[in-house]
Formats: sequence, C-alpha cells, structure tokens
Amino acid sequence: MAVRRLAPKEFQPDSFAFTAENAIWAGQQIAKYPEGRQASAVIALLWKAQEQAGGWLPEPAIRTVADLLKMPYIRVLEVATFYTMFNLEPVGRHLVQLCGTTPCMLRGAEQLKDVLKRRVGDEKHVSADGKFSWMEVECLGACCNAPMVQINNDYYEDLTPESLEKLLDDLAAGKPVKPGPQNGRRASEPEGAITTLSDPSLFDGSQIGAWRQRFEAEAAEKARAEAEAAAAAPEAAKTPEPAKPKETRAEEKAADRPEVRVAEGKAPIAPAAKADAAEGVADEHKPILLAKARGDGPDDLKLIYGVGPKLATMLNELGVYHFDQIAAWNEMNLAWVDQHLGAFRGRAVRDKWIEQARKLATGWRPASDVGEKPEE
Amino acid sequence: MAKLIVDGNEIEVPAEFTILQACEEAGAEVPRFCFHERLSIAGNCRMCLVEVKGSPKPVASCAMSVRDLRPGPNGEPPVVNTRTPLVKKAREGVMEFLLINHPLDCPICDQGGECDLQDQAMAYGVDSSRFAENKRAVEDKYIGPLVKTSMNRCIHCTRCIRFTTEVAGVPDLGAIGRGEDMEITTYLEHAMGSELQGNVIDLCPVGALTSKPYAFKARPWELSKTESVDVMDAVGSAIRVDARGREVMRFLPRVNEFINEEWISDKTRFVWDGLRTQRLDRPYVRENGRLRSASWNEAFALIAEKVNAAKSERIGAIVGDLAAVEETYALKLLMEKLGVPNIDCRQDGAQLDPALGRATYLFNTTIAGIEDADAVLLIGTNPRKEAPVLNARIRKRWRLLRTPIGVIGENVDLTYDYSYLGTGAQTLADLAAGNGAFLEVLSKAERPLIIVGQGALAREDGMAVLAAAAKLAKAVGALGEAWNGFSVLHTAAARAGALDLGFVPKADGLDVAGMLAPGALDVLFLLGADEVDVPEGAFVVYQGTHGDRGAHRADVILPGAAYTEKTGIYVNTEGRPQFANRAVFPPGDAREDWAILRALSDVLGKRLPFDSLAALREQLFAAHPHLAAIGEIAPVDTAGIETLAGKGGVLADAPLISPIADFYLTNPIARASAVMAECSALAGGALKQAAE
Repeated sequence: MAVRRLAPKEFQPDSFAFTAENAIWAGQQIAKYPEGRQASAVIALLWKAQEQAGGWLPEPAIRTVADLLKMPYIRVLEVATFYTMFNLEPVGRHLVQLCGTTPCMLRGAEQLKDVLKRRVGDEKHVSADGKFSWMEVECLGACCNAPMVQINNDYYEDLTPESLEKLLDDLAAGKPVKPGPQNGRRASEPEGAITTLSDPSLFDGSQIGAWRQRFEAEAAEKARAEAEAAAAAPEAAKTPEPAKPKETRAEEKAADRPEVRVAEGKAPIAPAAKADAAEGVADEHKPILLAKARGDGPDDLKLIYGVGPKLATMLNELGVYHFDQIAAWNEMNLAWVDQHLGAFRGRAVRDKWIEQARKLATGWRPASDVGEKPEE
Repeated sequence: MAKLIVDGNEIEVPAEFTILQACEEAGAEVPRFCFHERLSIAGNCRMCLVEVKGSPKPVASCAMSVRDLRPGPNGEPPVVNTRTPLVKKAREGVMEFLLINHPLDCPICDQGGECDLQDQAMAYGVDSSRFAENKRAVEDKYIGPLVKTSMNRCIHCTRCIRFTTEVAGVPDLGAIGRGEDMEITTYLEHAMGSELQGNVIDLCPVGALTSKPYAFKARPWELSKTESVDVMDAVGSAIRVDARGREVMRFLPRVNEFINEEWISDKTRFVWDGLRTQRLDRPYVRENGRLRSASWNEAFALIAEKVNAAKSERIGAIVGDLAAVEETYALKLLMEKLGVPNIDCRQDGAQLDPALGRATYLFNTTIAGIEDADAVLLIGTNPRKEAPVLNARIRKRWRLLRTPIGVIGENVDLTYDYSYLGTGAQTLADLAAGNGAFLEVLSKAERPLIIVGQGALAREDGMAVLAAAAKLAKAVGALGEAWNGFSVLHTAAARAGALDLGFVPKADGLDVAGMLAPGALDVLFLLGADEVDVPEGAFVVYQGTHGDRGAHRADVILPGAAYTEKTGIYVNTEGRPQFANRAVFPPGDAREDWAILRALSDVLGKRLPFDSLAALREQLFAAHPHLAAIGEIAPVDTAGIETLAGKGGVLADAPLISPIADFYLTNPIARASAVMAECSALAGGALKQAAE
C-alpha cells in the first residue's frame, strides 16, 4: 500500500454524470436501503461510476455520487481512497493486475513483471496506445494457479512469460482470449499425473464415503421394491415411496467425483473395484419377509433400542413387521438385513436386534419409548 | 448503578459509564489520546489500556462499559487494575508504536509544553527508539487560515474529524487512505467552513493541528493566564487570556458547562491580533477637520465647553456592544446628573423595553436549558452566526433526539435539519393566530423553546414581533412554572447588562434613531458605539478602543480599555453576570472606561460619587442587586411576558433577516484583526462560489 491520491487535474474530466441506464441502476441500488441509510449504496455507486468512466474514478464522479447520496464529499473520498479496488488514476483499456504475493512470486511472478515492464511500461502508467496499464496487487486468491494476472474482470492463470506475451499480443490485436489457466489445465486439478489420492479404495466406500453406499443401496432397494410390487398380487398394498434423492442426481455427481477424474488421469482403477462391493452377504441369507403386516397390525418396531421412525419405516418396506420375525433370524439373516439398511448399516448388529426382539416377542415392554439399551 | 473495584477501591458508578470514567471516578488517572468526553468513542489509540481481572488481554477502557464487565466467580464485583506491571507494559508498547512515526521535533513544535503525547511519553515512553527504518512522511494540508497542519505529527486519533462532524456539524474533515497511510484532510484541501473550527486545535492531542496565527509566537510556560469571559457575542463564553508582557497572545476556552461547555467560536479565539492594531492610545481632538493627539485635560476641557454650551435635551449618549456594566452605569449616572434624557444602548434599534421586566429581553431558557427543549422555533435569528456555541447546543439536542426545529427568517444552513416556515413576520402572526403545521408540534411539546433573534427586533415593528412571539409562547404553553421557553438571543455582549441598568431613553428622550436624525443633537457621547452613522452637526465624543467608524466621526476621542484590559461585569444573553478580568494594561494613555468617565464628570462639575472601582460596584450592586451574584442567573418574573403577549401591534411583511451579515466582522476589535479579515474574505469567496 502506498499513499493514494486523486489523479492530477489534467487527467480529470470537467464533469461526470451517470448515463440514463446507470442512473436507473443507481436508483435501484439506493432503493435497497431504508430511509436515512442511503449512504450504504456508496460503494456500489462508486463501482458503477468507475465502470462507466473507463475503469477509474475521476474526481467529478466522487462529487456526483456524494450529491446523489447526500453525503459530504469528504466522506465519499474517504471510501474511494480506502478501497484499492477504486482506481484513482486513468487505466488502460486492459488493466492488468499482477499478483505478486508469495505463491505467485515463487512461481515466477517476477518474470511476468519484467514482461509487463517491457511491454507496457512502468507500473500504473497507461501505455502510449491507451490499451494497457498494469499494477502489482496483493493476493487475488488463485494461488493454485500461480502465477496469474487479472485483466479487467477475468483471471488468466498458470502463466509463463511466453504465454503472457501471447496473451498481451492477442489482446492488443483484439483477438478473443480464453480466461482461466493458460497451460491446458481445466481448473486447479493436478498438473500431469496425480501423485496423491490415487488409492482406489478411497473412493469405493470401503474406507470413506458411506453416503455413496447409501445412495446405491437405496437405488437397489428401490429397484427391488418396484420389481416386488410389480410381481406382487393386486391385493398387496402399495408401500409409499420413501423420500430420497433422485438417482440421476447421484449419478451426475458421480461423473464429477474425484475418482472419475482419477480414472481419466490414468490412475489404475480396476472395473471390478468400481463394482458395488455392498453385496457382501448373498441373497441366500435373506430372511422370511412379509408383504404386509399380519392380521392384528404391525408391532411397534421403534421399541427396539436403536430403531427410530425412519428405520422402522425402512424395515416395514423390507417386509419386517413383527418382533417374532426378527426373533427368528440367525446371524446371517441379520447381516443381510443390515446390508439393506442404507445409511443405518451396522445398527442391526450393533444393537443386537435379535436378542432385543426375542425379549420383546415375549410381551415384555421397555420402560422407555425408545427401548432399552442391550447390555454389552 | 454497578459496583466495581478499581485499584483496590470499591466504587459504585452508573452502569453506562465506561471503565475509563469509572477509573476517573475512583481517582485513577488513565492516559488517553482518542477519547474525549464530548465526542463519540473511537477506541483507536489504545493508550487507555487497563487490566480487567479475568480478561486474558488488557482492555481499552474508553470503549468498554462497566455494564459489560463480568462479576467474579462468586459474584464479587469486577476488578480493574490501572497500575499493574501488565498495564504499564501495555501502555509502553502503545506509546512506542505511536512514537515510531512521530517526529522528534518538539523543540520547534507549537504544542510543546502542552502536548498530551509529550506528557504521556514522560510516563510511558522509553528514552530511545528501536525503530531503525524511515519514519513516515506526510504532506501538510491546507485546511483554512486558522488551523495550521503538521501532519507528520498526527497520531490518527480522529478527534478533529469527530468534532467537525458531530459538534460543529460541518463535516469538512475526513481521513483518506488507510492504515499507516491514513491522512487527515478536507476535500481537496478546501478551507474548513465551520465557525467552531478552532476547537480542533485544542482537541488535537499532539502538534498536528495548531493555531496558524499563533504559530511560533510564544511558549505556554512564558504566558500569564487570566480567566475571563468573551465579549464577541452575547453568550459570554468562558475564556482564558494568555498574555506575555503587555500583549495578549491568544485566547483559549475554559470549561463552563452552563454556557460554552469547552468550545469557543473562531471569532472569540482568533480576535486577539485585533487587540493590537488600530488602537487608540491617546486622546485626540479634531482641529480644522483633522484629528490631532491631545492631552487628557485638553480633551476634557473641549468636551466641557461643548456640553456646557448645549441644552441637556440636545445631548445624547449611546452605549456600544462591548461596554462593561461598570462604565455603562457610570455613563448613566453622569447623564442623569446632566439631566440628559437621550440615552440608549440599542444601537441596532432593537425594540426591547426593560420596563416590561427582565424576562422580556433575556434568554430565559438558559443555554444549558436548550438540552431539555423538545421543540425549538427560531424567529429572525441565525444562531450559527450570532452565537455559534449556542448553535452547537441546539445541534447537540437535535443530534440526540432529532428535536423538531422550525425557522422563521432566513433559510440558511444551521448545521441541523429544520422545517422552514417562512421568511417574514406574517408567518409568525399566522402561527400566533393558531394556524400552521408547526404550531401543533410546539403545542404537543412539553418544553417548547422559542428563540427570538435581533433580526426580528431591530426593526420598526420589533415590539409587535416580540409581542407575537410572546403570545405564541403563551399559547403553546412555553411559560410554565418550571419551564420558561421564551428566549431572546442577543448579539451584543453589553446589551443585556445595559438593559438591566435601564440604559434606554427617559420618558421624553430620543432613542438611537431619534438621536441620529440630522440636527437632533448638539453633543453625542458614544461609549464604544461603532455601528451607528452619526450625521453632520453633532459634536461627537467617542470613548473606545479602536479607530473604527465611531472614532472616524469623532470630534474628541477618549482612549478606553478593551475587555482584556479592565475588570468588568458583562451580563450575557441569559442574564448571567460574569467577570471579565484584566490580563494586560491598556496601551499608551488609554485608561479604564469608568475612570475616564469619573475624571470627565469632575471637569463637567458633576462629580460621580465614587473614587474606586470597588466603590462604583458597591453602588451598582446596591442599585441592581442581581448583578452581585456573579455567575448566577437571578430568577425573573414572567409576568412581563404575559403583559407583552397582550400588547399586539401591526406586523410589517418585511423578511426577518439576521443582523449579522459577516460573522467575522461584527465589532471594532474583529474589524481590526487581520485574521478575521482573511476569514471574512474566504467566507465571502465561498458564498460567491456557491452563488455561481
């Protein structure tokens, strides 16, 4: 930071007035604020004024904004000099803001500075043709793509002296340029082969990512329920569809997920590994399930400790309605059911449902609505 | 009330007090730069750090209120320490940072000797700097002819910005840039436009803003300091006269909560160079159309010759705006002894009649009382020009509660928002007759305040305007037991005192207008009256201090003493008698005015019955006991206002214009001041610019 002053008199226009369009826009900004707080629009208006004046803020514009907001001139000047985003001196048509903060500096911002000095001239001076001016600024927050510059409203990243030269050539010639990384990267993904997060098990849900398994389990379960409903006799009551995320959404996400990129980035991910590893327990262990509750209605499965309303519904959907059903399971049956509990996977085994259900099937009832925690 | 323990002493203070105020209450001194009692809290200098038990870090005591302190674990009162090693270390750290960029130019700095930074560096500074880099350099700014800047010294306390924005109400100053590069300036270095701008000099805790006229003139320790009151307006601000030898070097404000708090206007502060120039330092007599210096005896003999030759009803006396009560009393006695009926103190022709009682011509509400008003009506006055300090009070009230304010008269910037009701007396008549939207505001108000200015009174129908205002005051309930909202704002320091003495024409006497009619008088005595045009014909005796309009017309000049050169009582617009004390002696042969009149009376053969100021005052106090209560306002009888309200009268339709066209040039002392002339030219130029 250095002392910032208004541009010398010879640069200042005689007057400034918002264009009709901008005046309407300014009015809308001012209207956003309650009566007596109109001064809150000062930054928005100064920004618009800067835009209209060609990227810098002339002194008459400061007065115009002050008059518009009924602020003393000095108050608006305070704001204009406080924020470095307001350029107080004329700038070129393409204002190059070079990030010179540590990451960019380490990645070669100094060389870019040399290019700009040679091509455009001294810092904060408009080139002879009026097309360029440049200045060094503090971190622009694109360190992943260092070194970088901001030209007017766009970031141009991953620059080398050569690519910056080319960029300036193109801009000078009026050719279209592509904002973003200039070295072929799409965004800030790793350059070349990846060196980290390449273990495929990170992405199959076995270590992390239970949410993904839940989606897949739900998808499978839905498909099964649909198949079952189609197969079931007309008397089978339609179970309401549980609210869950659309499958398409999960798939779209999946396309963007890191492991997909990893695959693209030649990381060895075996198709087998990508296959669903959820079906650990074969269907042969599937317990006896009912299409609907028996005559005297379903038991309150929520009395099993660890089963809440959501889980109870899920169990009902699976075809589990009664304590004696669960009481009759063996360990493998339980594991199979557990597998189909989506996000609640692990609960059935952890909370010893069979043991609890046996107790409940005898007619015993716990003291609390949520059930009684089984002993360890 | 909240309890807390400061340095081991348990005290109880209102919960809204800041820790700093609580510490002061407990007798602990807390250094500060940015904090000021009468300004908003900024909390940016960090000098007032104290230790609060339970807080891991020192706390800025100016910005934290007692209410926010937590009690101890067992409900003990919070503990604040101001003298622990932690506090000292913290303050030393702050001081070291402040001094990083502060130049070591105390030997050439005008603030030296009365500098907060200097004083506090004695307590918290270290003798050497650890800062080896370059100090920051800041360009000095032009912010007007009164305040000199030396911006290297600025420590960014922002007191000046807060003062101009909050108290003065003319937000000229601001801080541009940020961080280390923050700079105090006006917009594009225009001159400040406030009449109170000189106060930033006192507020500046360092030497960044100093007095331009006083620059490099004196050091504070070589000045003799005399407490006095100001006579530039009728407010009677408390001032301190700093003099060296025979010369007044500067005026500073004193705190008087009832009148000026701690502000004074620029005219009060910077008029001192006018006390040296254009002075009348010996008697003069006019010979063949030219004034020549003469001896006292010569001058007195000439006056005696003329007075003895004239009939008493062809003699007149006018008291000017700067005369103390003592000389007015002496002149009145002398005129009574001569049998002269033509005496007047209202040189502007204001229609005020002391016979109706003191309540009809005083600022009954009192200046401090403005802060209780819940609706204000200004009639024919521009308090910003007539009494800037009083205007700051109105603004203070308005800032706090957005008190509704109505104005009849000129539509000018008063530094607060008001509803403009109209320009002429007709609007007032309408209001008094029960019409107008603002009447409802006044009626609803519990303590309405109606201020009548000289602009409404110094005209043919002045008495009718005053009566209409009184009628209105009565109608809206401004004349209650506990609240008297009928107030007259004077512009002349001598006026209220002279009216108290009854220095107005006797039954068959001429008033100012009558005396100034061509051929009305043979001898006219002007006691510092410079605002009148005396026609040819009359023999004019001018007793005063400056070679101004009165002296130019005079046939005999008797050199008197200015307000810094005599002790005298001045009654301010509230009716509060105050002493102006002598700080220096009158120049040359000039004498104290009462003594001149006493000597003259001897020559005229009408010897006044006192030989000393004490004897004079003894008689004065016997005749007017309320003047003896210095600094007190004697209770007034409001019956006079009731009588006045019943008077009626025809109102002319001319606009009510404030009598003060140029704030900086209202009296002979100000007109002799080069500083005031510069300010006046600047203000005039600014007006021209605005008109374009």
